[in-house]
Amino acid sequence: MATRIQKEARPDTMLLNMGPSHPAMHGTIRIMLELDGERILNSEVEVGYLHRGFEKQCENRTYFNLLPYTDRLNYVSPLINNLGYVMTIEKMLGVEVPQRAQYIRVIMSELSRISDHLTCLAAMAMECGAFTVFLYKMKAREFIWDVIEQTTGARMTTSYIRIGGVRADLEPNFAAALEKAIKETRLVLKDVHGLLDKNKIFLNRTRDVAVMTPENAIAYGWTGPCLRSTGVYYDVRKAHPYLTYDRLSFEVPLGERGDNFDRYMVRMKEMDQSLRIIEQAAQYLPRTPDEVMAQAVEPAEAIKASRQKKVRVGIKLSPNLEGSEKDKYKGILSASKGYAVPAKEDTYTSIEGLIKHFKFFMRGHGIRPPKGEVYFSVEGGNGELGYYIVSDGTDRPYRLHLRAPCFHIVAALEHLIKGRYVADVIPTFGSMNMIGGELDR
Amino acid sequence: MEEKKILVLLRQMFAGEIKNVSTTLGDDVLVIDKEALLPLVKFLNNKPHEYNMLLDLTCVDYMGEEPRFEMVYHLFSLSQNKRIRIKARLREKDLSIASLTTIWKNANWLEREIFDLFGVHFEGHPDLRRIFMYDGFEGNPLRKDYPLRKRQPRIRLRK
Repeated sequence: MATRIQKEARPDTMLLNMGPSHPAMHGTIRIMLELDGERILNSEVEVGYLHRGFEKQCENRTYFNLLPYTDRLNYVSPLINNLGYVMTIEKMLGVEVPQRAQYIRVIMSELSRISDHLTCLAAMAMECGAFTVFLYKMKAREFIWDVIEQTTGARMTTSYIRIGGVRADLEPNFAAALEKAIKETRLVLKDVHGLLDKNKIFLNRTRDVAVMTPENAIAYGWTGPCLRSTGVYYDVRKAHPYLTYDRLSFEVPLGERGDNFDRYMVRMKEMDQSLRIIEQAAQYLPRTPDEVMAQAVEPAEAIKASRQKKVRVGIKLSPNLEGSEKDKYKGILSASKGYAVPAKEDTYTSIEGLIKHFKFFMRGHGIRPPKGEVYFSVEGGNGELGYYIVSDGTDRPYRLHLRAPCFHIVAALEHLIKGRYVADVIPTFGSMNMIGGELDR
Repeated sequence: MEEKKILVLLRQMFAGEIKNVSTTLGDDVLVIDKEALLPLVKFLNNKPHEYNMLLDLTCVDYMGEEPRFEMVYHLFSLSQNKRIRIKARLREKDLSIASLTTIWKNANWLEREIFDLFGVHFEGHPDLRRIFMYDGFEGNPLRKDYPLRKRQPRIRLRK
């Protein structure tokens, strides 16, 4: 079947396919170009190669079970996707989240934002020929992912932020690892500024290329760094503060021209601000009392003892282990009952605990928000990541819709590359940070 | 209080078309007749309200109810930092609503998505085609009567 551009193209022009599998199309997307020489007269962007029915799947999973699917939306910053989903449900249920969990969430989502921006700019720079920058940024991302891995137990498919709090507490040496990651990232950012900011090759390919006006950016529904690069001040963290963002001081960097270079610059400056936020949050993070761990016993001893009578002391488990010590739940999970997985030592040692566990996971039980609908958004790596959830009072969402920031941004690609050269497609596409998982859902 | 003001004003201006006005979980919600969508949205888009961003556009299938489908629009005003949700029900027999592509450019893809996944027709859309699914896909996957594991027939290799 002929696509739109095949029907509309002039007979004397050439149609060229870019993608879906093209080295510069990171993510499967197809751009069909109508070319006159090297100039793009028209283009057509085709998406949907990564469509996997996210919304349909979610309608058939319980509120607790669908969390892993959200990891796979924006797979460079899965923690922010988790956060957006979880906070939407919390808004519906009216759950109070402990302070410590809130600060952990802030740290984790800012780390994800940095990793998101690093990945985007690394790919963009590499496609413009700056391979060193790519390697530097990947190095910084490794340090950040080390922290994420240490805390969540996974690099990408984290599922760490849970309804009511977070899954596990921080590792004892978290502060040191975080400090190292911040230090290394700062160094890399400094190096990258030095390598790219006044680099003639990079500037030629990005300065005044694919300029977006603020009016058009708003008409296309752009949000996030791309909107801010045009000079429009809108950041969900400032406009509708969630978690503890209203208590942390940070700036929202703005661009002036809305070209590729501004999109690069805004992301670079945002990473600086994210590092600032992380440092503050790590400082304000309420501590968990150490005495909890002091009198804990080894798991084997606890199991042995539980055969005779109920174990009353804590069990020494890794903080990352799912269902960690009951005492630790206080700091990281909501006190209200029924929103979080019951503590494992209860499940394994008492019949009431076991019943609670089954009630939580059994079909028709578990988390059941009241009837109604809710929209909630967080600031994702690409912009406003919104969830619209309709509940019919059962244990699975009646409808779950994701407002993917990428979808609105990529919709403007045809407009941005019109009249430019083929070579301009690459940095333009790179600066948009298209993420297939989120775009195609 | 400011939030209430706009709802009261809208109720006066579009008395016949607005069926219900409420505020749920901090969001203003308007339930309207589908004919009123375009004039209402144009009114909201202009000054002084400046709901100048189409945040999101989606559809919900209430199978078994009549009217069956519900279009949900989220508008955002940058100058006032406010969100509003507009909902309009559509009958299954007359599954069409005015397109917003003349006001917002991202409505193009968003409406294609709803056309693809729900089969809603948008009047005045310049290029209404499937966006996620391939040509030759049968049915609309996000409808409630589409089974989760339904298989699709094989399509012929493109010549």
